[in-house]
Amino acid sequence: MTLIIGILEQGLIYGILALGSYITYKILDFPDLTVDGSFPLGAAVTAAIVTAGGNPYLAFLVSALAGALAGACTGLIHVKCRVRDLLAGIIVMTGLYTVNYRIAGMANVPLFGSETAFDNAWINQLPESLSPYKTLLVIAVVAVLVKVLLDLYLKTKSGMLLRATGDNERLVTTLAKDSGTMKIIGLAISNGLVALGGSVMCQQQRFFELSMGTGTVVICLASVIIGTSVFKNVRWMKPTMAVIIGSVFYRACVALAMNIGLVTTDMKLIMAVLFLVILIVTADRKKKVKNHA
Amino acid sequence: MLELRHIDKYYNPGTVNEMCLFQDFSLKIEDGEFVSVVGSNGSGKTSLLNIICGSIDVECGQIFVDGRDITHMREYARHGRIGRVFQNPAAGTSPGMTILENLSLADNKGKHFFLGRGINEKRIPYYKEELSRLRLGLEDKLDVKVGSLSGGQRQALALLMSTMTPIEFLILDEHTAALDPKTAEIIMELTDEIVRQKHLTTIMVTHNLRYAVEYGNRLLMMHEGRTIIDAAGEEKAALGVEDLLGRFNEISIECGN
Repeated sequence: MTLIIGILEQGLIYGILALGSYITYKILDFPDLTVDGSFPLGAAVTAAIVTAGGNPYLAFLVSALAGALAGACTGLIHVKCRVRDLLAGIIVMTGLYTVNYRIAGMANVPLFGSETAFDNAWINQLPESLSPYKTLLVIAVVAVLVKVLLDLYLKTKSGMLLRATGDNERLVTTLAKDSGTMKIIGLAISNGLVALGGSVMCQQQRFFELSMGTGTVVICLASVIIGTSVFKNVRWMKPTMAVIIGSVFYRACVALAMNIGLVTTDMKLIMAVLFLVILIVTADRKKKVKNHA
Repeated sequence: MLELRHIDKYYNPGTVNEMCLFQDFSLKIEDGEFVSVVGSNGSGKTSLLNIICGSIDVECGQIFVDGRDITHMREYARHGRIGRVFQNPAAGTSPGMTILENLSLADNKGKHFFLGRGINEKRIPYYKEELSRLRLGLEDKLDVKVGSLSGGQRQALALLMSTMTPIEFLILDEHTAALDPKTAEIIMELTDEIVRQKHLTTIMVTHNLRYAVEYGNRLLMMHEGRTIIDAAGEEKAALGVEDLLGRFNEISIECGN
């Protein structure tokens, strides 16, 4: 039972990240590596706020804004300085490493004893019987809220223009709109969500670690690809829902692999190999490898 | 009124492959003119459209619309008054979105794209009416993704989308070239209908000499960055396909082909 709750908690947190990556990877067709930096950025901002006694829910918001700023930087570098998409992400990701260290003040920040979004006077009012699930409950609320808001956004005028930007940039130009601006907006929203995920993760594991972002892009893309290809033909399911389920499924696979006796340091290799397996199994491979290699 | 003044355009400037396309090229297009542009490959037809739309920069010269200099206006900003249909039917629509979503986007051109609802349900009857004019049965397929339509259907939709909001100029870049003869005919008739109805100033590049002769009220033939035929009104009406073919042959002989 603890294992399942753990998988759901982690899966839903990475689900928030995957929703962010869904915007760049699937909607904008932009391979964004900024996430490896914006995920720990959210965690660093959160560590700074929470250890200083700040409101943990406010930390969610500030983290998301910080992430959006990082995403906008990648967008500006790509659009205004005409740097290739992959390189723009690498530049910001690398720079964020230092920024994250400065914000957190240390390479490791434990949050023991501080109030978090999952452990505070307000949330502890929940009945005793629910207490093993309270972390999961809060994470689920955040994930569902993000999903619903994203669904609503994609139906607005701005959201539809964002989809058109990824689909056919030229159409956006003939609609007298700057497609570059839409890319910047998309990257900002995407990395805002990734940083929000970082904030949730940091509070859930009560720990900030400078290198926690390594491999984020792999987790995000694996979740997006699993979700969108498995549920491709399920018409009633929105891709946002599919992506969250994909994330939980991916987490379950990793947990299973860990359960057969591998140790924590083996995790990245497991993640990488799993991602490769997913790429090979899904039909997305041909098209995407050609586009992004 | 659209005016190109003393345009110079080079490709690959500063390299051994430098090629001068336009040198001191000037052109004036009056409001309400429907200009057909013909010419061989590399004669500068598409470059002319790209210069007007801002897709490529010019080395020298100015572009005026109603006396206002737009030479340095960004491409997307110029499209506020321009509608453009491309040769490739995929270029004018968003394949991953439905017909309804595509039309809603086009319908919002010129307004802000903020957080208002993307689709205005009240406009659906109007969209259906417009689609039924195409006579392709698209009015019953509002929720079909555009990517699954045929080239002709997509081009018809692109034409509709580009002329949906009030624009002044319609730029047609060989917009029937990728279509089968019958569909091309339908699209061409539709174009003429829309241009007349909305009184659009139109520039149409085409390789189909019959279309160039039949449609529009002015005809330009381009060759090596110059206009070698510029006929309007009765002079244009008197031109036949044979006259154009004859001139094409003369050019070929001049070039030693």
